[in-house]
This record gives sequence, C-alpha cells and structure tokens, in this order.
Amino acid sequence: MFDSLSERLDSVFKKIKGRGRLDEASIEEGLREVRLALLEADVNYKVVKDFTRKVKEKALGKEVLKSLTPGQQVVKIVHEELIELLGGKNVGLELKGKKPYIIMLVGLQGSGKTTSAAKLALFLRRKKFSPLLVPADVYRPAAIEQLQKLASEINIPSFGSSSNMKPVDIALQAREEAIEKGYDILILDTAGRLHIDEVLMNELVEIKQACSPQEILFVADAMTGQDAVNVASRFDELLDITGVILTKMEGDARGGAALSIKSVTGKPIKFIGVGEKLKDLEVFHPDRIASRILGMGDILTLIEKA
Amino acid sequence: SKTKAQLSKQINNLISSSSHFDTNFWEQLEEILIMADVGFNPTLKLIDNLKLRAKEISPGDQEAFKKIFAQELASLFPKPSKKLIALKPEVVLLIGVNGVGKTTTIAKLAYRAQMQGKKVLMVGADTFRAAAIEQLKIWADRVGVGFYSKEHGSDPAAVAYEAMDKALKENFDLVLVDTAGRLHTKVNLMEELSKIKRVLNKKHPGSPHRTILVLDATTGQNALSQVDLFSKSVPIDEIILTKLDGTAKGGVVVGIASEYNIPITFIGLGEKMEDLRPFDGKSFAKALLD
Ligand SMILES: Nc1nc2c(ncn2[C@@H]2O[C@H](COP(=O)(O)OP(=O)(O)OP(=O)(O)O)[C@@H](O)[C@H]2O)c(=O)[nH]1
Ligand SMILES: Nc1nc2c(ncn2[C@@H]2O[C@H](COP(=O)(O)OP(=O)(O)OP(=O)(O)O)[C@@H](O)[C@H]2O)c(=O)[nH]1
Ligand SMILES: [Mg+2]
Ligand SMILES: [Mg+2]
Repeated sequence: MFDSLSERLDSVFKKIKGRGRLDEASIEEGLREVRLALLEADVNYKVVKDFTRKVKEKALGKEVLKSLTPGQQVVKIVHEELIELLGGKNVGLELKGKKPYIIMLVGLQGSGKTTSAAKLALFLRRKKFSPLLVPADVYRPAAIEQLQKLASEINIPSFGSSSNMKPVDIALQAREEAIEKGYDILILDTAGRLHIDEVLMNELVEIKQACSPQEILFVADAMTGQDAVNVASRFDELLDITGVILTKMEGDARGGAALSIKSVTGKPIKFIGVGEKLKDLEVFHPDRIASRILGMGDILTLIEKA
Repeated sequence: SKTKAQLSKQINNLISSSSHFDTNFWEQLEEILIMADVGFNPTLKLIDNLKLRAKEISPGDQEAFKKIFAQELASLFPKPSKKLIALKPEVVLLIGVNGVGKTTTIAKLAYRAQMQGKKVLMVGADTFRAAAIEQLKIWADRVGVGFYSKEHGSDPAAVAYEAMDKALKENFDLVLVDTAGRLHTKVNLMEELSKIKRVLNKKHPGSPHRTILVLDATTGQNALSQVDLFSKSVPIDEIILTKLDGTAKGGVVVGIASEYNIPITFIGLGEKMEDLRPFDGKSFAKALLD
C-alpha cells in the first residue's frame, strides 16, 4: 500500500511532466499524499502540518532532475527533509565527567525499559565498560527479578535492590557499591509510569537530582500513536531527557513516533530495539527510519542515487 | 489528574468554540479524531455520516452534537455475545504484542471472577520472558487464586495441557492462560499460539472458549495490523483495551470495530487488580472528544 506513495505522487504530477519546475498547485496536491502517508505512519497530526509546510517551501520552484519524475522529485525532497528533522546522523551516548557514569531509563509502562537496560549493559561491555545493572522498579510485581535474571543471563552484575527500598536510595546505594567494586557505569531501570502521574514523575526528578545521571533515556514503543508527543514532551519537560530508545522496531510499525518525539523534544533517538533478545539493540540511523516512515525503502535507495 | 484535565481542555475548546457546523468545525473535528488515533479513513467516513446527522440538530448545539456523535460511534461497536459453556471450566486465552498488559489484565479478570464466587486458575504459559512466571505467581497470590506453570523455558503448549489436567481434576470454574508477548509479524510465534489452542481443545473440547486480544490504547495505526495478523492464526473473540488511564484515547479501535466484527469487552484503567471496567461505546465516544 505504502510502496505506492511515489506512484500516487506520479499520477498527481503527470499533468506537469515536462514542465520542468514544481509549481504550487501540483506540490499542494502531491503533499496531500505525503501528509496521508505520514499520518498512516502515526506521525503526529501537528507535526505533519509543520513538516509539509516546510517541504512546500523547499520544493517550490525547484527544478525536476532529469533522472526523476516530478513525483520522485517531491519524494526526494520529503525524504531529505525527514532525515534532517530526525537529526541527520547518529548521536551516541555522551559519557563525560566523573565515573561512575549513570544512565537512567524512563518511560511509560511496558515500553521496554527493563529489557533495554540489559541490552545497553551488553552493548557497553562490548565497548569495554564494566556496567552494573540497577533495578529501581519497586512497584511492578517481579520487576526486580526480571532485571536480575536478564543480568545473570549475560553475566553482568546487578544491584541487590528490594521492593521495600526507595528508588532514590537504591540509586545512591548502587553508586556506592559501584565505586567500591570498580564498576564504571550504572544503568538504572525505573518503573513504568504515566507522564500525568505527578507523584511518580516527581520521584524521577528526585532520582535525577540525587545522582545527576549523564544520560536520561526516554524509552518509547515504536507502535505508539498520536499520544507520543504528549508523553515525550512531559518527560522531557520534567527531566530534560538526553535521548530516546525506540523499541519493538523489528515488527511492521512504521515508527512515525520517532519523528513526533524528535520534533517536540529536539532530543536525538540514540538506539532502536529490534527484538526481545539482549543482542537486539542497534544504533539509530535517521536515513533508514525516514524511508520506513514513508514506507518505501527500496524505491528510496534508487531515488537517493539520482 | 490536573495535567490530564489541562490537556483535554485544549481539545474540548476547539469544538465548543464553533457556533456553526461549518467547514472550520468539521476540520477541527477531523483534527481531534486523528489526534485520538482514529486514523484518516475512518475519520473521513465518520465525518461523512455525522454531516448528514448534524442536519437534524440546530447549528452550534454542542451538546446535541456530542450526543449524535456518541450514538454514531457506539453503533459501530459490535455487542459481545454470551457463549454457553457446555462443560466446566471456561478457558480464556490472552494474547497480544509485548508489554500491552496481558499479565496484569489476567490479574484483573481473575479478581473480577473471584468476586463473583468463581474458582479461578491462572496459567503461566509465558515461559519465555524473564520473570514472567514469577510476575503471574505474585498476582495469583495477591488475588488469592490458583496458579500453574512450569520452569522457565518449558514448552508453553505443555504448560497449557498440564494446567488443564489440574483444572479438570480440581474442579476450577475459570482458567486464564497468560501467553508471552509476541509481535504479530513473527510467523513461528503465531504458530506457537495455534498450537496452544489446539492442545487446549484436545484436552478440553470446546476450549479455549474465548481468545482475547489485548491492545494498548497508546498504540497507533499498527493495532490494525495486530488484529489482522493475530486473527489469522487464532480467531479473536474479544478485545480488551488497556492503559486508558493515560492521555491516549485508543481511537484506533474505531477503525478496528468497523473493519473486523470483534467486540471490545473491557478497558484497563490502571495497574491494580481493581482497575478494569466493562467497555461502553458511548462513554468511550464521549472521552474521544474530551
Ligand atoms: N519484540 C520486541 N519486544 C521487546 C523489545 N524490547 C522489549 N520488548 C518486550 O516488551 C515487553 C516489555 O518489556 P520490558 O522491558 O519489561 O518493559 P518495561 O518498560 O520495563 O515495562 P514496565 O517495567 O512494566 O513498565 C517484554 O515482553 C519485552 O520482552 C523489542 O525491541 N522488540
Ligand atoms: N497505566 C496502566 N498501566 C497498565 C495497565 N495495564 C497494564 N499496565 C502496566 O503495563 C506494564 C506491562 O504490563 P504486563 O501485564 O506485564 O504486560 P504483558 O502484556 O503481560 O507484557 P509481556 O508479557 O512482557 O508481553 C506493567 O507495568 C503494568 O503495570 C493499565 O490499564 N494502565
Ligand atoms: Mg520494567
Ligand atoms: Mg506478560
């Protein structure tokens, strides 16, 4: 269905073929198709509006490359603009200052924080760090056991949290233990919570203030719909997140949430989760997601070469 | 909460500021519906119907409009049908993608059934995810119902089979089977679900009596693909929509209701075992506009 975006655009632009330049009326018509494709990919309505306006400005009066149809030309502009909005290139973790470093994972319930914590630990060990996994979800049944089991699966130490401790105390005590035992990075798994839950959101602020993490990563499900903007902007407002992990990307979700989150927070997407296994973590590549959001991977590689 | 009210107020203002059902009004409604995840095509369809019906009421009558809106939407949702269970126990299978709330929903359903005096068995057929069995066991203890599972890594179909043995022998009324979260695009994992279903049916003919797909209200258009692909391997009898206590509206079920004839039975409104309510089309519709 989505592979036909450039076909749909071609039929829109058939009328102007040979005219050489993209004029306002035809761009407008073409952008309607783009807008629809983005909405089908769950990009937020308002983000789509802003985005198509920008594309229009870029496309107006632009000469159509000889090797492309006008439809392809618009897709090319849309694609380039998407990549730019998504940040252009990959941004890695910024670990600076005094060791041990702290990475804190936050997000809605079930988004993939605990799994991503273990995945990150594995990733960082490959980069020669010695991580300590810290379960700080004292609410969800068996959340602590979950992280401890994942940790032992990959032979990475985990902190011995218990559910009657306060999350902020867990974080502080775990840091003590890290210093004592020479771990140089702590990965803090927090309980899932709603962005509108003031008590629990405040708990995160407290943890942040107590241990100043180098990275606060917002973990979001790739299948998230329009609400992604509300959630991400609230987490960012209160915590000033440093980046995003987008999980469950190996399925067929188009991942429009990536665009929504990036455009409302301005924070880079740093990793994507591509499976339930702990090796299933990849660094984020804006160009790939851009093709996916448009739903036209193969066609785009052709267009990009033009 | 306060923040939720603030968010919804902005949206509500859009509608109540219009004094006529003009182009501007319909455009605003379109925006509200799309932002509630209803999806582009279902939104257009809905608006076409509403335009006709809006002629019945006086322009600018917001309350009358909301009423029509709620009626129109509620009529899309199929009513759940009561299945007669020939032979106890009733068996219910919960399926869905990762992290939507299957395990928690089992706790909620168990709590509800127990209040009705039923003898309930929770079955941990998620033998894959770390501490999934422990999670369900804690819930079984909290609710105070029966529990059966095997060690991590066992064959889920074998767990289901043996659990049925226990349920039949010990005279349980209701068996709730928890399965591992899985993406609908994974063919082998879909096959695993059909196997669980076959095994249950072999051991206890007619079961599972209900297969429930759990959907997360935060999910966007991908939910359509979930319904589509899950139902290809195991027919879905019901949908439960979780996490409606957030700001997500779960509007994608509007498109699901009009494309697939699957009733929504319950909604999840929190993380506790009490946080389950029967689905009501009209209140759901009203909440879309709030
Ligand atoms: N398919 C897939 N599943 C994932 C991925 N990341 C996590 N999951 C699964 O998603 C479900 C939820 O993951 P968790 O790590 O428990 O999520 P969480 O955010 O810690 O959840 P809470 O602590 O309950 O808020 C589990 O079934 C995970 O196996 C991914 O990239 N792909
Ligand atoms: N706010 C809210 N959270 C919920 C609701 N239902 C479940 N949760 C939370 O969502 C997270 C995931 O719930 P689970 O029941 O573990 O989900 P699951 O589908 O069994 O997950 P997997 O087995 O990993 O696929 C947990 O943190 C739950 O507490 C709900 O209705 N509202
Ligand atoms: Mg967790
Ligand atoms: Mg579960």
